[in-house]
Amino acid sequence: MTAKILIIAEHAGGRLNQSTARCLACASQISPGAGADVLVAGSQCGAVAAEAAALAGVAEVLVIDRAENSAPVAAVLAPQIAALATAYDYVLGPSTTFGKDLMPRVAALLRVGQVSDLMSVEGPRRFTRPVYAGNAIQSVEVPEGTRVIATVRTASFRPVAAGAAAPIRGVQVGAALPTHTRFIELRSGGGGERPDLQTARLVISGGRGVGSEANFRILYQLAGKMGAAVGASRAAVDAGFVPNDMQVGQTGKIIAPELYMAFGISGAIQHLTGIKDAGLIVAVNKDPEAPIFQIADIGLVGDLFQVIPELEKRIG
Amino acid sequence: MKKIMVCLKRVVDYNVRVRVKADGTGVVTDGVKMSINPFDEIALEEALRIRERGGAAEVVVVTIGPADCQQQLRTGLAMGADRAILVEHGTELEPLAVAGLLLKLVEKEHPDLVIVGKQAIDDDCNQTGQMLAALWDRPQATFASKLEVDGDRIRVTREVDAGLEVIEADLPAVVTTDLRLNEPRYVKLPDIMKAKKKPLEILAAGSLGAALEPSLRTTGYAPPPERQKGAMVADVDALVGALRDKGFLG
Repeated sequence: MTAKILIIAEHAGGRLNQSTARCLACASQISPGAGADVLVAGSQCGAVAAEAAALAGVAEVLVIDRAENSAPVAAVLAPQIAALATAYDYVLGPSTTFGKDLMPRVAALLRVGQVSDLMSVEGPRRFTRPVYAGNAIQSVEVPEGTRVIATVRTASFRPVAAGAAAPIRGVQVGAALPTHTRFIELRSGGGGERPDLQTARLVISGGRGVGSEANFRILYQLAGKMGAAVGASRAAVDAGFVPNDMQVGQTGKIIAPELYMAFGISGAIQHLTGIKDAGLIVAVNKDPEAPIFQIADIGLVGDLFQVIPELEKRIG
Repeated sequence: MKKIMVCLKRVVDYNVRVRVKADGTGVVTDGVKMSINPFDEIALEEALRIRERGGAAEVVVVTIGPADCQQQLRTGLAMGADRAILVEHGTELEPLAVAGLLLKLVEKEHPDLVIVGKQAIDDDCNQTGQMLAALWDRPQATFASKLEVDGDRIRVTREVDAGLEVIEADLPAVVTTDLRLNEPRYVKLPDIMKAKKKPLEILAAGSLGAALEPSLRTTGYAPPPERQKGAMVADVDALVGALRDKGFLG
């Protein structure tokens, strides 16, 4: 019997998040060729369902379209997902703040443990995941007969391609939905018109060494020229140079761009955990002893305030 | 509100460079410094601040683990918690089992608010708070960077990938803390002495009637694949050249 897999789609503003395509890549490794169902829970989310239906490896898109789902409130979504989950062997969500918030609530409703941050599939029920800020890799097995609930470490899986056309089906679930938790507002952060940090090919990142909010402008300029997203270390966020959604690292965003350029970032282990899957890591730092040079593919000891303008000129 | 419950976990100290044991059965913990999970310390700090501005009458710290966890509870009492509960259990428990035990404490203590770190820095699971909220059938507000109490409601600013999300929830509720919620206070020596006299209750995990069986089986631990140290370049020209060689910069 083939394993039945349900993937919880992440979406906002009528657009599907790329994390869903990455969860599908994980599903295709768990059960090659079988296809997975994708659940889109939202309000007036037809466009999102259509986007999901186009992804490779989707068997069917299930849609729960109701006003209560207009914002992703875990306490509201979890009972709906738990009601559908009983028909599945696996329920996967992304290890983004959306999935991290939601999936443990689903797992607890189903009275089953969760595999957090699944980073590799070693067998249909054998997985690895990072622990101790990535200082150790844990191998876990979910016993036969136990439903697998997992969050997928999105940086570990390349998104599946679009171009398919899976059927879309509206579903209704009888679960009672609580009203005790209410969405008020989302204040979006520092990204602006720049590429999204989690999906960008190129990322330019600044740390404490950048020195101030105003100084970050030179990183934005360079990023603009290169078409790169901009990230930051925890130190830069804590110091108030940039908003929280730009933080890269264990407790921020875990990313896997093709090129990551770190300016004035010393390289605490929690930061390095967030960039380990990058294709090429470039580090520029005044301190030749900075730990980031231990993992950088290309290192340059120098003052970022001289290096960045020079770089910009050369790219010109 | 009357009572805030804060859940602490004893973990390998933040500053310890963790190493995997040679036989792959775990990480080296012998002789290693143990501390309160930093996110839980933030949880306790927030509870204390709410109490200090008159928003709560009592702060109770609880933990689940071996007898040694009393050290971390004493630290919590020295920070300012009023009393402590240790649910004693000798072996590692999964977050679902921990949440089940915490639910039993919640049913015993009836807190108006439970605050817990968003994740422990050992297993990095990020599950317990959400699971407790699910079992308790109450609101959850995860990854909090701001917590405001307004009568029988809370307003929580959450750090999410897209920025900051604000939600409102009815009490009782579970809040999980993110790094920027506050900066925990340092413990002063007289407070450590005072903490020795504060009540610390010990319960046996087996006596609470929660399911403790694991769902998952851990089969081993391995060190992470190392990224090789690359090459240093002397100047921006060399950097640009190297990037061009790799196909970047057009």
